[in-house]
Amino acid sequence: MTQKRLTKDLLKEFRFNEKEIKHINSHIIKYPKGRVQSAVLESLFLAQKKSGGWLPESAIAAVSEILNMPKIRVLEVATFYSMFNLEPCGNFFVQICGTTPCWLRGSDEIKKACKDHIGEERKISNEDISWVEVECLGACVNAPVVQINEEYFEDLDYSSMSEILVKLKKNQPIKKGSQINRQSSEPIQREKND
Amino acid sequence: MVNIEIDGIDYEVEEGLALIQACEEAGIDIPRFCYHEKLSVAGNCRMCLVDVEDSRGLSPKPVASCAVQVSEGIKIYTKTERVKNAREGVMEFLLINHPLDCPICDQGGECDLQDQAMAFGHGESRFFDDKRAVENKGMGPFIKTEMTRCIHCTRCVRFSSEVSGNHEIGSIGRGNDMEITTYLNSSVESELSGNVIDLCPVGALTSRPYAFSARPWELKKTETIDVMDALGSNIRIDSKGLKVMRVLPRLNEEINEEWITDKTRFFWDGLSSQRIDNPYKRVGKKLVKTTWDDAIDLAKKNLISSKPEEIAAISGDLVPIESVYSLKKLLKGIKVKNYDCRQDGSKISGPRERWLFNSTISGIDESDGCLLIGTNPRKEAPLLNSRILRQSRNLSYPLGLIGAKCDLTYDYKLLGEDPKIVREILEGKNSFCDKLKLSKKPMMIIGQGALTGVKGSEFLDLCIELAYKFNFISNEWNGFNVLHTAASRAGAMSIDFIPEEDGKNTEEIINGCKAGLIKTIFLLGADELQLSDLDNCYVIYQGHHGDKGANNADLILPSAAFSEQNGLYMNTEGRVQESVRSVFPVGEAKEDWEIIRLISEALNLNSDFQTHEGLRNKIYKEYPNLNPFDDFQKNNPPEKKDNNDISGHKFSEAITNYWFTNSIARASANLSERNDYIQKRDN
Repeated sequence: MTQKRLTKDLLKEFRFNEKEIKHINSHIIKYPKGRVQSAVLESLFLAQKKSGGWLPESAIAAVSEILNMPKIRVLEVATFYSMFNLEPCGNFFVQICGTTPCWLRGSDEIKKACKDHIGEERKISNEDISWVEVECLGACVNAPVVQINEEYFEDLDYSSMSEILVKLKKNQPIKKGSQINRQSSEPIQREKND
Repeated sequence: MVNIEIDGIDYEVEEGLALIQACEEAGIDIPRFCYHEKLSVAGNCRMCLVDVEDSRGLSPKPVASCAVQVSEGIKIYTKTERVKNAREGVMEFLLINHPLDCPICDQGGECDLQDQAMAFGHGESRFFDDKRAVENKGMGPFIKTEMTRCIHCTRCVRFSSEVSGNHEIGSIGRGNDMEITTYLNSSVESELSGNVIDLCPVGALTSRPYAFSARPWELKKTETIDVMDALGSNIRIDSKGLKVMRVLPRLNEEINEEWITDKTRFFWDGLSSQRIDNPYKRVGKKLVKTTWDDAIDLAKKNLISSKPEEIAAISGDLVPIESVYSLKKLLKGIKVKNYDCRQDGSKISGPRERWLFNSTISGIDESDGCLLIGTNPRKEAPLLNSRILRQSRNLSYPLGLIGAKCDLTYDYKLLGEDPKIVREILEGKNSFCDKLKLSKKPMMIIGQGALTGVKGSEFLDLCIELAYKFNFISNEWNGFNVLHTAASRAGAMSIDFIPEEDGKNTEEIINGCKAGLIKTIFLLGADELQLSDLDNCYVIYQGHHGDKGANNADLILPSAAFSEQNGLYMNTEGRVQESVRSVFPVGEAKEDWEIIRLISEALNLNSDFQTHEGLRNKIYKEYPNLNPFDDFQKNNPPEKKDNNDISGHKFSEAITNYWFTNSIARASANLSERNDYIQKRDN
């Protein structure tokens, strides 16, 4: 993991609309009086979703304003969690789990597939796809795993990952979840004589 | 009190102390980086590990002594093998990423990491990999950063949120990538920001103006007090030869705790620029150098040739009590009645409890409510503001401001800008009354901006009336406070350097000069006056900087700055402290009292003191409460006067530019740079 920096050169207008403010307020009231800042994670998620998967400086400022907290405190939270992106990412944002279980089950192959089909890490391809390696996605039983936007794709290998990426580029429907037809995390069915 | 045992010796300590504090009281030194008495406990450096044994037996692993409180019967071991190993281990981890650049680091010689590595470290490194490097951050013109040296103690982060209140410094990222920074590298704006330089246990945050100019062991250290504001913060002036190199705070729990303002910390370069080092007299339109004999003679001639009612004197904001006192004696000797120390036109007068900070500065910590009247404490006394900030964390602390809206770093209730609101509160017509009624020890802070208008004196009486109406003044509490902005004001007021009956005050003197009623005016370091078109009047200026006063003078008598002479100052709460000479006066300059004695002698006045000590003894005799070696005594409540008419009274701003409040500050390039920095950003 490398230090995340705010992309301040990219000017982007950001303002919460009424519906979003209402949503944030519904989270604020969950916490005791004077603890408005507790709603910072929810607000940042909302802001990230709204501005296309990443947080521009204006979004940090908007969150700090709505929660009445210093900007540096919001930035601290946004840089602490790897789930917040401070630089633009593709329309399809592929997050590859590289933590031990996935790595043992071949996440390096998945990375290679991404490099071959998308390009360098953190670079947005012509097809508006980017990828990044992240820490544990919490689906170790179905390793290796990637997350594309809000969906999980599990039990991958080089060819199935390549297939997914090709389909992504063509905007074709992709099968979510396990790519080897597991229902959830039951043992993989092997041939009887094996 | 609880009984504890430290390294086999029994002690009795207060309840609620952290183990590290208990050890400190017992005189045992525990190494630490993140722990600081005045800040919240972070417990992240792990340097203060000790072994602890309680009823459950010895702790399974060493505990951080800053984060654990003492309990009855607890046994602390600070010298066991395990503790020694643990500290060595922590030290080794800290040094993994710390560069070995002590020879080019300004912290060298006064570095906690350096000292503790020597005392508690392993002695040799087992580390061969590359060290981490971190980009330097921009924190403004005062703070120089070298973030590779940072050990992430987060003292600066806690300081900026807890003491200065601006929440400007934060730690971004996590783990190995953690970095201390301001938001988008913006400059730190707090008036207390320089304190992070002292707080930083390593050389990550150092003083930019002082950078690479001296090593701590070659500096002469003089313990003295500060005159940049009226608090009288305790400082230490470090000098090398004839030059002041830097200013550091000294601990005084009653006044400045461990902090000083940025103005105090960085004004020192002003002491060596724009100085008056020789007597000057005006010949035609030009000022030309002259000798002391000639200058004293000229002063004498002008003081003799004018009638007493045609002579006036005004004393400035930085002069010690002794000089004001000797000037008063001189004026009395020639029967002059026009003299004033209130350069800003403040209307304070009367016994001392009417114009002092009666609750005392540390009394703020006891208060349970605050009403600010015509003041901006952040500009007028930033350290006092920090104490109010601390109180305001309590959500039930009522805090109101009558005056112009301003950013005080904390939330307050803006009651309005009209002085009449004081009357509204007095008559119970304001919503703030309900809150005030509940307070048992509220205090009011009246700024000089509220007392300078036409009805300043009446307004002060009205505030006293209000103080009696609520609990501001009770049997055990005196919360009636006047906040001064000038270091010498309280001292000059206490020796009654205000116009005698039918004498003229500052405004009348200046108008008199313009109208030709005043023929000779003596300015004792008075630089805050509007002195133009004074052609009909002979201006004698005694001071140390070529500032507003000297520009308009006909005769300039060079004197020593506060750092170059011993002097007494009374701070805003009435505490008398001694300022001590740290360097010698420049050029031909003499000490203030000495110059006035020379003039007195020329005028054949019996001055009955030949030495500074003699002068002081005379002051102590006449004004017993000016002895700094006596105990500090609290004041009686002020006397009340009813039916005060304040119609037409208006507030003004006591300080317009925080960085340029006196002649030394105006001569300082450091402070100018800081001022430009903010103005550039605002444009």
